[in-house]
Amino acid sequence: MYDTPNTERTVTRNETKFSARKVQVYYGDTHAIKDVDVDIEDKTVTAFIGPSGCGKSTFLRCLNRMNDTIDVCRVEGDILLDGQDIYDKKVDPVQLRAKVGMVFQKPNPFPKSIYDNIAYGPRIHGLAKNKAELDEIVEKSLRRGAIWNEVKDRLHAPGTGLSGGQQQRLCIARAVATEPEVLLMDEPCSALDPIATSQVEELIDELRTNYSVIIVTHSMQQAARVSQKTAFFHLGNLVEFGETGQIFTNPKDERTESYITGRIG
Amino acid sequence: MTDTHIASAFDRDLETIQAHIMKMGGLVEDAILKAATSLETRDEELAEQVRNADRAIDELEEQINEEAARIIAVRQPAAVDLRVILSVMKIASNLERIGDYAKNMAKRTTVLSQMGQIHGATASIRRMAKEVERMLKDVLDAFVQRDAGTAREVMHRDEDVDQMYNALFREFLTFMMEDPRNITACMHLHFIAKNTERMGDHATNIAEQVIYLVTGEIPEDKRPKSDRTSTDPSVAPA
Repeated sequence: MYDTPNTERTVTRNETKFSARKVQVYYGDTHAIKDVDVDIEDKTVTAFIGPSGCGKSTFLRCLNRMNDTIDVCRVEGDILLDGQDIYDKKVDPVQLRAKVGMVFQKPNPFPKSIYDNIAYGPRIHGLAKNKAELDEIVEKSLRRGAIWNEVKDRLHAPGTGLSGGQQQRLCIARAVATEPEVLLMDEPCSALDPIATSQVEELIDELRTNYSVIIVTHSMQQAARVSQKTAFFHLGNLVEFGETGQIFTNPKDERTESYITGRIG
Repeated sequence: MTDTHIASAFDRDLETIQAHIMKMGGLVEDAILKAATSLETRDEELAEQVRNADRAIDELEEQINEEAARIIAVRQPAAVDLRVILSVMKIASNLERIGDYAKNMAKRTTVLSQMGQIHGATASIRRMAKEVERMLKDVLDAFVQRDAGTAREVMHRDEDVDQMYNALFREFLTFMMEDPRNITACMHLHFIAKNTERMGDHATNIAEQVIYLVTGEIPEDKRPKSDRTSTDPSVAPA
């Protein structure tokens, strides 16, 4: 007889994917992220939790330079992806975002067909040599997005005609189509019903075998369910970072405890 | 950290379930003392009372488990709240077990009061029961006060109870060897002594739960074991 390990709870030490050191973010005069040091592991789901305005989304958006698009936003400190500074002048943000994909709170399919939604990224990054290869990428991505069976017969119907849950899975499929190494998810389930949420969570768990997934969520139960590591942000500080099981049963910091137990802290 | 949840109903739920533990603890302490007194004073009526009172203890345990299940389903407790629920459930089942032992002592009291006295035995058992009752009282106070230090101290006091049991074990063997007519009574008394020693173990389990509740970790140091009757042949007189 062998012991059956509880896979969801097994935390294996993986390679560091992202390494952030002394990261500061300012929006004009507002100091939004203060001195954040964190190592995000590969093939791991990391959850960022914290009250509104704590900086978790801001920090997430630093990881693929989404904050570059905001004029008043200034990022200081080092963020290394596989040891390489992503804020280096030589780094092309477009290439970076192909490596570090993102899924947003609200499903935002392009006003194009389902097929073209997926094919868009691979086309602009030149990932397919011909139509057959592109077809293959589209099918593979839709399968990974756990939506292939629902859309395979209407690939040329508009993506916006899908239900909310399907649209979100379409967006996840679109994000994985460029073969990213990291997937950032900013409250991917907040607009979804419980069934679609479960499907997306199941998907996140599958994605973990290939990618490093970072998810921002307001649902503590979701963080507890899908992640292996959890980071708690409060007022721009990274207060506590550790194994999800430990954070939810025995947090070390009082502020974490107050937040996850729903006390006024 | 403040003590109150944003959802105040959650606070009330947690307070209620802990109040039920304290109520259950009070009933169990009462049962231990009354059972030991009934044994010593051969008070069959008191013994009967103890036997009947056990139902209330069992019902409280059931109620606590139902409340715990409801809180888990409705509130999804985390961190210290989760530990409160987990420890409350385990404390309740330990208390229920102690209650059963007290009831069993009362049952045997009814039988023993028809037999000849064994000199000094019932007084020793009463002292042992008194010590267990004190352990229980202190560990429940530690639970309310979230006091891991007192809980650790209670764990160590279990050693004394084990020593008392060892002494009684030897005494009973001596009595039985002296006169085989003592065997029936001594067998009953031995079960009572052993059960009282087990009550101490359950109080120790509760202490472990209190430490877990406060620190988030089950104490690693194995609790002191001084019941040597099952391992050490020299305990028994030749």
